Amino acid sequence: MLDFDFRDLESMTMPKFFILTLFLFAFSNPILAQSVDAAAQTVKIALAQEPPQLNNMTATDQVSIFVLGHVMEGLTRYDRRGNLAPGVAERWALTEDSATFWLRKDAKWSNGDPVTAHDFVFAWRNVVDPKTASQYAFILYPVKNAEAINQGNKPLTDLGIEAIDDFTLQITLERPTGYFLKLTAFVTTFPVQEKFYRATGSAYAADSKDILYNGAFRISDWVHSASLKMEKNPNYWNSEAISLEVIDAEYITADTRARLNLFIDDKIAYTQLDGETYKDALNNQFRIKKFVTGSVYFLEYNYRPERITHNKKLRQAIQAVFDADEFVNKVLQTPGNLPGASLFPSWIMGVNKPFRQEYPAVVTRPDLAKAKQLLQEAKAELGLEAIPPLILLVSDSPTATKQAEYMQGMLKTKLDLDLKIDVQTFKQRLAKMTNGDFDIVGAGWGPDFDDIMTFGDLFASWNLNNRGRYNNPEYDRLVRKAMNSNDPEVRMAAMAGLQTIVHEDAIILPMYEQGVIYLQHPKIKGMRRTVVGSDPDFTYARIVP
Amino acid sequence: MIPHPALQADDFTPELSTDSLEQLSRPSLSYWQDAWIRLKKNTRAIISLYLIIGLALFTILGPFLWTKDPSAQDLDQISQAPALPKTALLVSDYLPWTPPVDQGHPAEPTGYPDTLDAVTGFATMGTPNTQSIRLTWSPVQDAGGYSIYRSESEPSGLQGLGLPLETIDAGNILGFEDRLNLKSQTYFYSIIPTDGLDEFDVVTTLKVTPVQSITMSQALERGLIDPSDAPGRSVSLAFHPFGTDYLGRDMLARLMQGARVSLFIGVVAPFIYVLFGVFYGGFAGYLGGKIDQFLMRFADFVVALPFLLFMILFKIGFGIGPGESGILPMLVALILLLWPSTARLVRGQVLKIREQGYIEAARLLGGRPSYLIARHIIPNTMGVILVTLTFAVPSAIFTEAFLSFIGMGVAPPTPSWGSMCNEGVKTMLSHPHELFFPALFISITVLAFNLLGDGLTEALDSKMRSRE
Amino acid sequence: MLKYTLGRILSGLVTIWFIATATFLAMHAVPGDPLMNEKATTPEIRENLARKYGLDKPIVEQYVIYLGNMVQGDFGISFTQQNRKVNDIIQDHFPVSAALGILAITFAALGGILWGALTALYRNQLPDIIIMFLVILGISVPSFVFAALGQLLLVNINQWFNISFLPVAGWGTFAHMIVPSLVLGLGTMALLTRLMRSSMLEIVNEDFIRTARAKGLSPSRIFFQHQLRNAILPVVTVLGPQIAAITTGGFVVELVFAIPGLGRYFVQAVQQLDYTVIMGTTVFYGAFLVFMVILVDIIYGFIDPRVRLK
Repeated sequence: MLDFDFRDLESMTMPKFFILTLFLFAFSNPILAQSVDAAAQTVKIALAQEPPQLNNMTATDQVSIFVLGHVMEGLTRYDRRGNLAPGVAERWALTEDSATFWLRKDAKWSNGDPVTAHDFVFAWRNVVDPKTASQYAFILYPVKNAEAINQGNKPLTDLGIEAIDDFTLQITLERPTGYFLKLTAFVTTFPVQEKFYRATGSAYAADSKDILYNGAFRISDWVHSASLKMEKNPNYWNSEAISLEVIDAEYITADTRARLNLFIDDKIAYTQLDGETYKDALNNQFRIKKFVTGSVYFLEYNYRPERITHNKKLRQAIQAVFDADEFVNKVLQTPGNLPGASLFPSWIMGVNKPFRQEYPAVVTRPDLAKAKQLLQEAKAELGLEAIPPLILLVSDSPTATKQAEYMQGMLKTKLDLDLKIDVQTFKQRLAKMTNGDFDIVGAGWGPDFDDIMTFGDLFASWNLNNRGRYNNPEYDRLVRKAMNSNDPEVRMAAMAGLQTIVHEDAIILPMYEQGVIYLQHPKIKGMRRTVVGSDPDFTYARIVP
Repeated sequence: MIPHPALQADDFTPELSTDSLEQLSRPSLSYWQDAWIRLKKNTRAIISLYLIIGLALFTILGPFLWTKDPSAQDLDQISQAPALPKTALLVSDYLPWTPPVDQGHPAEPTGYPDTLDAVTGFATMGTPNTQSIRLTWSPVQDAGGYSIYRSESEPSGLQGLGLPLETIDAGNILGFEDRLNLKSQTYFYSIIPTDGLDEFDVVTTLKVTPVQSITMSQALERGLIDPSDAPGRSVSLAFHPFGTDYLGRDMLARLMQGARVSLFIGVVAPFIYVLFGVFYGGFAGYLGGKIDQFLMRFADFVVALPFLLFMILFKIGFGIGPGESGILPMLVALILLLWPSTARLVRGQVLKIREQGYIEAARLLGGRPSYLIARHIIPNTMGVILVTLTFAVPSAIFTEAFLSFIGMGVAPPTPSWGSMCNEGVKTMLSHPHELFFPALFISITVLAFNLLGDGLTEALDSKMRSRE
Repeated sequence: MLKYTLGRILSGLVTIWFIATATFLAMHAVPGDPLMNEKATTPEIRENLARKYGLDKPIVEQYVIYLGNMVQGDFGISFTQQNRKVNDIIQDHFPVSAALGILAITFAALGGILWGALTALYRNQLPDIIIMFLVILGISVPSFVFAALGQLLLVNINQWFNISFLPVAGWGTFAHMIVPSLVLGLGTMALLTRLMRSSMLEIVNEDFIRTARAKGLSPSRIFFQHQLRNAILPVVTVLGPQIAAITTGGFVVELVFAIPGLGRYFVQAVQQLDYTVIMGTTVFYGAFLVFMVILVDIIYGFIDPRVRLK
């Protein structure tokens, strides 16, 4: 062996280590700032991703909607109790075929200009303009001619919106829309100042300086993919009602464990947990809160005639064997999720009470004998000896795969049905869904607006999101009936009819209503979780000492 | 001064001359024969050989000895840590339960109470078992509802209440059933009265230890009982020596099944692409000049291609349908896309070696390039080659896992070590065994190939012969 | 030398052109519509989006337009990041990845050379065995485990001592970089350790080492002047492409430590089929890689004059 003296080497590298250590201490000055500061009314949070679309007319994702809900405001808004309240509009009048909004005169843009009726006219026309290609254009379809314009069949000026003067906005409706006011609290319907929009050219909303704010906050600093800081907007008409000075999204990461670690380290004041991280949160003795997100998850069948899933008996057999209760308790494992029973989630309001209390969904316990019987009938109807493997299309998320594996194992043991799991990345999955290249697809639906119709028309034959091409004239009739009425009794009765069809025809297999658990710093008060719009809503939050 | 020893005449007897003395040299051995002999003497190589044999037995014979179905789900034993066999109480099938309601008590308080009393009479109903724990309590004056929490450790006051299980919106509903992933361990249930909106700062805690149970239909389905058996008897549950995963599947069976995929991809793919890289790099380096330039630019080109995009393309190109195994296209794709790093490394070594004297000598003696590369150059870069080979093993295993995750490798429920690792990482603090076992097997594999690589390096390196 | 370098640059440009072309073709061949989203849209909206991004033109025309813009250094506008220029994305996020990557490579190179040399010197003795086990652990456990564990350790240290010793995640100061770069460099460090060990062992018995020892040079001089210099070649070979790979972003490390690097754009772009970002990041990476490889080849000549480049 070579007689080499190790100390030679050590003495050579020691200075390097020394310098490194020195660096370490020189730069790691204790960062004393904490997640909340009562004196400065500052709260620090983490975003799950960089907001991809801060142009409110085209934004569709949760993070963008979260930010926009804080920095901009529509005609109406939700107050601290979650009730619809005046926003830019001071008061309004809604009839069967029109809506009039009287705007407040002290609503200002962050450049000091007043928010006028013209800003809404510009924004709404822009939303339905086919050139804008907004995915949320359908939100404005209750406005006269919106759908025709959006399909390129009518000029923009035909849109049923008119600025009678700077502060009076007149909307003509396409059909009676009882929930129209709720739409005016949604980001897609927020105003945009034409002058500013034109001045930014193609760069509108690309950076914090490229947006004009009229909300309670404004973006003061946006470092892409790193941080986004919102400060109280001094120009906001109701700024004295706002307690928070700064909402500082100092971190952007989709990793829930990283966010939990940041919470433990008191660097952020709010974070959502998942099935994998909640046990670690428990060990830290945090007070865990739960919240129902309002989304419904289900398996959707393919009704195209060449697919065997168009057979009702087959779908009913799967329905008869699926145990939503077991699924929620054993597979999802996180509290807050509710067993799926209906297309309509339990929070949706009916006439006076939640819809599901007025019209309870049919809940059956799994019945293996019945399921086997149904499967036999299905085979007979299809003229098949055995059911060929069914293709279950799912996204490439860990939870989706896990759920699919449960279904696969369950159907195999109980009914001897083979399920082939087709895991696809985002765009490839969408392509397959659109082309109908599946038997069953794992799907979920979150509410776009606070009305039962956001779920109700999902399986109408004309709905493009009806990926399985379900087509039932009775279903369509009920949807039309509810759409063309302003009478809650009539609408809810029609929806109850839909709920029955969904169950009896086994259109979908409802799996669960999504619930989430989260951690919130105990000093934050008044942070509102909401199923529609900007969630969580920090607008009226405050930090108590 | 040392005295000189006196030498006698008979000190100088001549050695007997024998024929054997003529054979001073060792038997003539070829390079590879010699390498094989030295490999057999190398302890590291022998250890690695045993490890590899062990892994092969585990993969091939394992499933015959441990016959559990790797995709059978056991929802009564989810994420079970390695443990001794368990028994469970046989109970009748679950029936929905309606919590008791006190009709004489108002559902909503009249007015807003300033204080609420703590809940009393907080107790279980029936025998708490892992199918369900039913809780009940006495109504609290003026309460508009109750919040129920569950913790695995005893809460101190309002701290550490645990999971928020349920918020009940009526003061007269006096029961709650918990079915959320129950295990046979101690739980602490806490109940807090509310006025319908806010929780008050009074808490009542109850300690409950459910018994492990299994329902009739589940036990029948798994063949643990006869149809004639009645609830109340005790049943031995399936034994999982390595514990279970997130769907209650047997870890040992999954590790055995996963070994096939992981070892196949982890050994075959690196072997082929490293071999290809060696010859590619060897020729590029040896030939040099324009050909070298061209070959290496092509290697750069391959490295820079977006891996994921081409993987999707390969999958489509091979026409792999849903639920079908994409192992073969994955193998081809790994080989096609991953050879350049070895090629570059070997080329670098060859550039150095080809200028050495012995190569020059061999060339002058008329050695053809392929002979020179195979006989002289590559054996001399063997160390570097073996290092890349051993490093390629885990990287192929994890690439497989990543590709399977995005739907491009093996289809669920077929496991692989890499994908088991990926799943295990998420729960590494609460269920460490789900990460530990697959990671252990990957480590053993890597260790085996590293030791083999070391052994081979020493055996193949002619220069080291002199040191033994 | 100058002529050689110029030639290399020229061939590098051709390589980049090939990379761009192959990626362009592959991207368009992959099924899935870049303009499609979770919520279904009408054909009219899709057409308008296609027009906006120039996807309505024939593919050859798109290719020509793209190449034309690329030559002028314009990578276009992202499909998914509203109105953001791909050039801006690279400009904003590459420096972050590069800073982290350089530190990671420094850790990896220093550690790898040091450990590798040590294992070679103490071949089959305790230090060798310990380091080998660490190396095996380092490559058998995926990097995201180390990322998660590293972060967990930071949280626990901060909790125990009740100080902010090092930030748990985020970006901004040198302190933010230390743990992520260690995690990022771990795999490379393991590889370099093993490479260094094996090439050191090859050298130890070379004649010139024996000569040096025989003429009485001090062990440390032999080590640094003869062994290290001769053994480092494979390390340099690996370092070139590794630098290119690491400094253009480690997706997992960026995710766990909330670092605004380029890595996440690589992965997201392919998942979202964001054509312009796929092209921009790939071409940028390709160019960087080609540059590093040229650099490595030139460095070869300096380290080992026997390596003749023509």
